[in-house]
Amino acid sequence: MALGPVWVFAELSQGRPSGGALELLTKARTLDAEAVEAVCLGPAAREAAAELGRHGATTVYLSTDAAFDDLLLGGPAADTLAPLVVTGKPELILFPGTHAGRDVAGRLAAKLDVPVIANGLDIDAAGAITVTSSIFGATQVVRTEFGAGRPALALFRPRSFSAAPGGSAEPRLVEVPAVVEERHRRARVVDRSSEVAAGPKLEDALVVVSGGRGLQAPENFALLREVAELLHGAVGASRAVVDAGWVPYALQVGQTGKTVKPTVYIACGISGAMQHTVGMKGAQQIVAINRDPQAPIFKLADLGIVGDALKVLRELADELRARSG
Amino acid sequence: MNVVVCVKLVPDPNTPGELEPGTLRLRRDLADSVLDPGDEYAVEAALRLVEAHGGEVRVVSMGPERALDAIRKALAMGAARGVLVSDDALRGSDALTTAKVLAAAIRREPVDLVITATESTDGYTGVVPQALAELLGLPAVTFATAVSSDGSGLTVTRQDEGGSATIAATLPCLLAVTAGVNQPRYPSLRGIMGARSKPLERLTPEDLGLSGVGGAGAGQTMVSVTPAEQRGAGEVVEDDGQGAHRIVELLARVRVI
Repeated sequence: MALGPVWVFAELSQGRPSGGALELLTKARTLDAEAVEAVCLGPAAREAAAELGRHGATTVYLSTDAAFDDLLLGGPAADTLAPLVVTGKPELILFPGTHAGRDVAGRLAAKLDVPVIANGLDIDAAGAITVTSSIFGATQVVRTEFGAGRPALALFRPRSFSAAPGGSAEPRLVEVPAVVEERHRRARVVDRSSEVAAGPKLEDALVVVSGGRGLQAPENFALLREVAELLHGAVGASRAVVDAGWVPYALQVGQTGKTVKPTVYIACGISGAMQHTVGMKGAQQIVAINRDPQAPIFKLADLGIVGDALKVLRELADELRARSG
Repeated sequence: MNVVVCVKLVPDPNTPGELEPGTLRLRRDLADSVLDPGDEYAVEAALRLVEAHGGEVRVVSMGPERALDAIRKALAMGAARGVLVSDDALRGSDALTTAKVLAAAIRREPVDLVITATESTDGYTGVVPQALAELLGLPAVTFATAVSSDGSGLTVTRQDEGGSATIAATLPCLLAVTAGVNQPRYPSLRGIMGARSKPLERLTPEDLGLSGVGGAGAGQTMVSVTPAEQRGAGEVVEDDGQGAHRIVELLARVRVI
């Protein structure tokens, strides 16, 4: 055994283990660790445990306390994890690089005075625990080694690994006490709203049709939606149009948004700032439509069309309708 | 409402970054460094709260001497005072060390609200706000896209992967804002002139009672940097009316239609 126990912080998403949790468990199985265990906190934790087990967790530490839902997860989760870490002695804890994952890992690092590495794309623990990440808009690959502090905390960008079942036994369930320091009750969730789009989820879609400033106006996203629907795909967006309030953040692809790896990514009126390309350069095929022949997006594109994105999208919708008709 | 905003000097995001060959640290000596554009939203959010409810905005930064420029920009926007913690030993600091230094600088005076950006534009670990909140013993409301206040508490819209949540928080707390939370103001000429006479304090980690922090104290070491695999260059064509058809051909070839 090269490594002591490896834990995965198994975030819940709509009552189920998040995609990131299953991806990280799948990766953890390959690390030659003494044990792969999951920590799952939230009202649906008990129901989620079986799926965590199927993905490799031999033990699931869980609490179904309502505080994990009523409050922001970061504080209570870090408070609950801290004493658990002392008794369970994980050598490494893997976190999904989501908003909640960052909230928990950042706090836990400060609480335990241990190092945290963010934006991981891969991890290797054959020798020193080493996390691979990328910088400068994913043009450079960096390897960072953990020093002595344990547990080492690492956050991974979603989709860094593919989730696959592989655990066999029913996991051992260990109910743990929720620890919620009083100060965290000062910030309460009073309302939640979800942006549920029709069709496949952005992260799962085989085709993503994304729009940027080049679409000229928010209402032109309707055309993008139409093309996405014809392709059974999902709509994405650049940060610029999300910041401008054209579309909700849930559609944002990029460093501060989602990472997508579809079969085909169609970037419409997106210049290709590093902030954006980090989230989509893993696509199998990239198509870019942009007026500006110098747009950096063309450097990544398998097929680049220099022209008016709206005109090309209209023609594309017509041709796709004709094919399916 | 006394508000502290954490700011950082970063290489201009519009120019490519560079690492020092020997140490694999980000070069911070390049001519074009700016107040992190993400921090402008934090400064703006602080100014609006103080303008509505009274109090003052204090700016805290850790960085090289040149980071005074970032603080000065925040002062020109309207912040009242600035503090820079600077020391050669802090070069190569990781996220946790950064949070420790900022926490020590903030703790010297009572504060109702600490505002940060979500992540820095250069290092973008995105965990400093949370670590800072923990060290200061504050609840944290992160990823804020809208903020309002009645003077004693905040109502915040917080984005997450699937949508958003409304958070009600009472002070003191930490708030991390996203780009898009507001439209940062440009410093006025008067603001720029006035910033020169605003108090600007310079401290070392020793002044804050910190020792063993910085690169040497970091719990992690960058061991290599290599160019990422490049995508093969594709074909770029002028749209001559066949653009859409070319896309359809590609979609058919990879069998998504």
